Amino acid sequence: MALQNDERGYTPDALIAEDIGAYLAQHQNKGLLRFITCGSVDDGKSTLIGRLLYDSKMIFEDQLAALEADSARVGTQGKAIDFALLVDGLAAEREQGITIDVAYRFFSTERRKFIVADTPGHEQYTRNMVTGASTADLAVILVDARKGVLVQTRRHSFLCKLLGIRHMVLAVNKMDLVGYDQATFDAIVADYRTFADSIGVEEFTAIPLSGFKGDNITPGPDGAPSAETPWYTGPSLMQHLEAVEVGSDIAQERPFRMPVQWVNRPNLDFRGFAGQIASGVVRPGDAVRIVPSGRTSTIKAIETFDGQLPQAVAGQSVTLTLADEVDCSRGDVIAIASDPPEAADQFEATLVWMGEEALIPGRAYWLKLGTQTVSASVAAPKYEIDVNSLEHLAAETLALNGIGVAEVTADKPLVYEPYADSHQLGGFILIDKLTNATVAAGMLHHALRRAQNVHWQALDIDRAAHAQLKGQQPMVLWFTGLSGSGKSTIANLVEKKLHAAGKHTFLLDGDNVRHGLNKDLGFSEADRIENIRRVGEVARLMTDAGLIVLTAFISPFRAERELVRAMVPDGEFLEIFVDTPLELAEQRDVKGLYRQAREGKLKNFTGIDSPYEQPQAPELRIDTTRTSPEQAAELIAARVLGEWSPVL
Amino acid sequence: MLSLTHLQRLEAESIHIMREVAAEAQRPVMLYSVGKDSAVMLHLARKAFYPAPPPFPLLHVDTTWKFRAMYDLRNKAAEDAGMELLVYQNPEAKERGINPFDHGPLHTDMWKTQGLKQALDKYGFDAAFGGARRDEEKSRAKERIFSFRSASHGWDPKSQRPELWNLYNARKHRGESIRVFPLSNWTELDIWQYIMAENIEIVPLYLAEQRPTVERDGMLLMVDDDRFPLLPGEQPVMRSIRFRTLGCYPLTGAVESEAATLSEVVQEMLLTTTSERQGRAIDKDEGGAGMEKKKQEGYF
Repeated sequence: MALQNDERGYTPDALIAEDIGAYLAQHQNKGLLRFITCGSVDDGKSTLIGRLLYDSKMIFEDQLAALEADSARVGTQGKAIDFALLVDGLAAEREQGITIDVAYRFFSTERRKFIVADTPGHEQYTRNMVTGASTADLAVILVDARKGVLVQTRRHSFLCKLLGIRHMVLAVNKMDLVGYDQATFDAIVADYRTFADSIGVEEFTAIPLSGFKGDNITPGPDGAPSAETPWYTGPSLMQHLEAVEVGSDIAQERPFRMPVQWVNRPNLDFRGFAGQIASGVVRPGDAVRIVPSGRTSTIKAIETFDGQLPQAVAGQSVTLTLADEVDCSRGDVIAIASDPPEAADQFEATLVWMGEEALIPGRAYWLKLGTQTVSASVAAPKYEIDVNSLEHLAAETLALNGIGVAEVTADKPLVYEPYADSHQLGGFILIDKLTNATVAAGMLHHALRRAQNVHWQALDIDRAAHAQLKGQQPMVLWFTGLSGSGKSTIANLVEKKLHAAGKHTFLLDGDNVRHGLNKDLGFSEADRIENIRRVGEVARLMTDAGLIVLTAFISPFRAERELVRAMVPDGEFLEIFVDTPLELAEQRDVKGLYRQAREGKLKNFTGIDSPYEQPQAPELRIDTTRTSPEQAAELIAARVLGEWSPVL
Repeated sequence: MLSLTHLQRLEAESIHIMREVAAEAQRPVMLYSVGKDSAVMLHLARKAFYPAPPPFPLLHVDTTWKFRAMYDLRNKAAEDAGMELLVYQNPEAKERGINPFDHGPLHTDMWKTQGLKQALDKYGFDAAFGGARRDEEKSRAKERIFSFRSASHGWDPKSQRPELWNLYNARKHRGESIRVFPLSNWTELDIWQYIMAENIEIVPLYLAEQRPTVERDGMLLMVDDDRFPLLPGEQPVMRSIRFRTLGCYPLTGAVESEAATLSEVVQEMLLTTTSERQGRAIDKDEGGAGMEKKKQEGYF
């Protein structure tokens, strides 16, 4: 079963042997195309990729020998080479005969280098496919000629459209198994066209092929299609891949934007802003605006290791210097002054949920968009999209692989563009604050309120000015602990001490918040999250006004406490864990609440039928079994007043 | 319109990755193995942060068994880049005299895998750049660019984070770390083309020259110093050889070649029919899953 040389379909370019210099010069200026293949193992996807690698000489003799051995052992193609084995990488996958992750493959022809994202086709791997599609310029949608357009064909096409892939190829595979019948091919294409219209895919290229036999993968001797399909006059798959327009070229036609990644300051004389250009073209002398601050300047130079450049375009990583000393740091976007992007803090977006744990509406996640990372929460979805029927379904959350549309609220303005205009400034990820896992991918539609055309102006009387007038460092002293642990008692004592020391303070607790600001909230998990979020917002406003804020709430969830921590500048949030064992708190039961909870009269009571997540690294921990409230208050006040000694 | 070439796009992507790490990690480091991929990675780092030197040190996890020419270039390259060079040798391996002739796979495990873990722990690095490419080997095709490692340096293929667009999630808990592969999307040919286009200095061993060799287990080994124990009847023979990859000299097979210039090397590579890692003994352990298993244990 060893392959004959002439069957390998490859003869090295004669130029390599004749004139390597000329060959290299030719290849120096190739373009790059990234594409994704969608389909299941049954559609012959891995076989097709194996064939592309094989036909472009990306399989070497030793790999081929290993492949032959593997094919004989576990292959599914009888005596023939099983190309699928070449691309199914992980051991677990080889055993199960499925592809469960995204694998990247490389091959090149004289005109282009290709990066192929090979992703699984089953519904439970939607997140993997979305990942692969996010960087692709083109999608190859595989259809088995015997089966035609299936539910999964529709799902794959929808996901590719959702991720903004501009070029679709309908690869009608296994034509050899339907006798290369034109009518079969035409019927599938007509069927697909109806569906493509319904999801807004205006154009696609349909190619009849056989990955197994090699028909219409590469062009025939005179560029002609396979002899088996004389009725087909279009390009072979490879010809098409070599010709389509790539995304980075399209991005050049849009206005200039560069998210700042890194401020380069090797010495006092140089201050450069490093980043990868998201769109447009930039030249020295261009008038630019820093967003969101709104300040303007002019490009002084485009600095690179190879000298200054006369211009730079979308896709390039450069370092820009500006003519003026303006504030600009990581997360800001440098944009053309005449047409800058907007900033906003509330958006509608499509989310693809990738976390094992479902979305918790109202919970704070990290949102990373471009080089900006902010704290953000997601409202309950407006609807979920059934990826098979494309119906909109009512939903309260999104589980793994769920796709839905929801409102996203960030804790500060984000510079953005709609995803349809810019993947770099419209695509984002959500990160779980506790596990640090990437739990969702988002595609921004539009801002919901405010900030349209408003560039944030620096306030003249800012928080530093407020604090200075009061002669104090604003701060949030966040007391957390079980009901009855002594939070309010200690917080009250601390406030008295600070007040006596001439500090401007305010104590927020359940009594003054639950009865007013938050009287619309109950005690469900979602309401408790919202309760804490509002308390955090109020506390933040008060620190902006220069106050030292003390809060006494059970605040049982780590994520919410971290949310509040993220709202205030570093060092201004002191988490104080009032650590009282449950037995002791229950024993005290000052308000009789534990008894009621035990009797089932109070639901969702922390410590009884709702969890308390202990702080992992609080700034202070008060062990109430060893420290009296008076002692604790003294320690805390001393710390705030800068007299703290680290003995507890 | 200025269409970017594939090398320009690869370069821009690698630079973007390096800057993200510099911005988001607490204490990054660049693993530097002195090979051609390391040479390209170092060059890209210099470009990424120009005119400043890269804001991280170079770390060479040394096995004491590298080719002499590699040690020469290592010191020079770090100096040229204006970067601090840290060299780490596993003290236990040193003490026990672990070597590739007597200890087989234990040599790689102790000097490289354990040595790397020890070095990362010793300096408290939370992000380490490595020069691995996805085209090198099957299990690497699925490696993320930001590869997340547990506090014990383990790699769990099932818990890797999805990477969308050019957004990388560099968040981690104390003790955990990230291996970052800025050359993920480069192929061997890209590396060579870039070395030529950018005039990057590489170890001369990549170019053919007359060198003392012995043939053993189907591999051509170079006798680089007098620690090479010759078997009865073995006599070093001068052959015109070059190396396609560089590692510990007793474990790295040479190919017979007359290619003495970079373009001749590329010419040979394009006309050849065996893949790059074929000269390395390390991948053949434990059948096809050798590399995947090593990665789970913390090998780069």
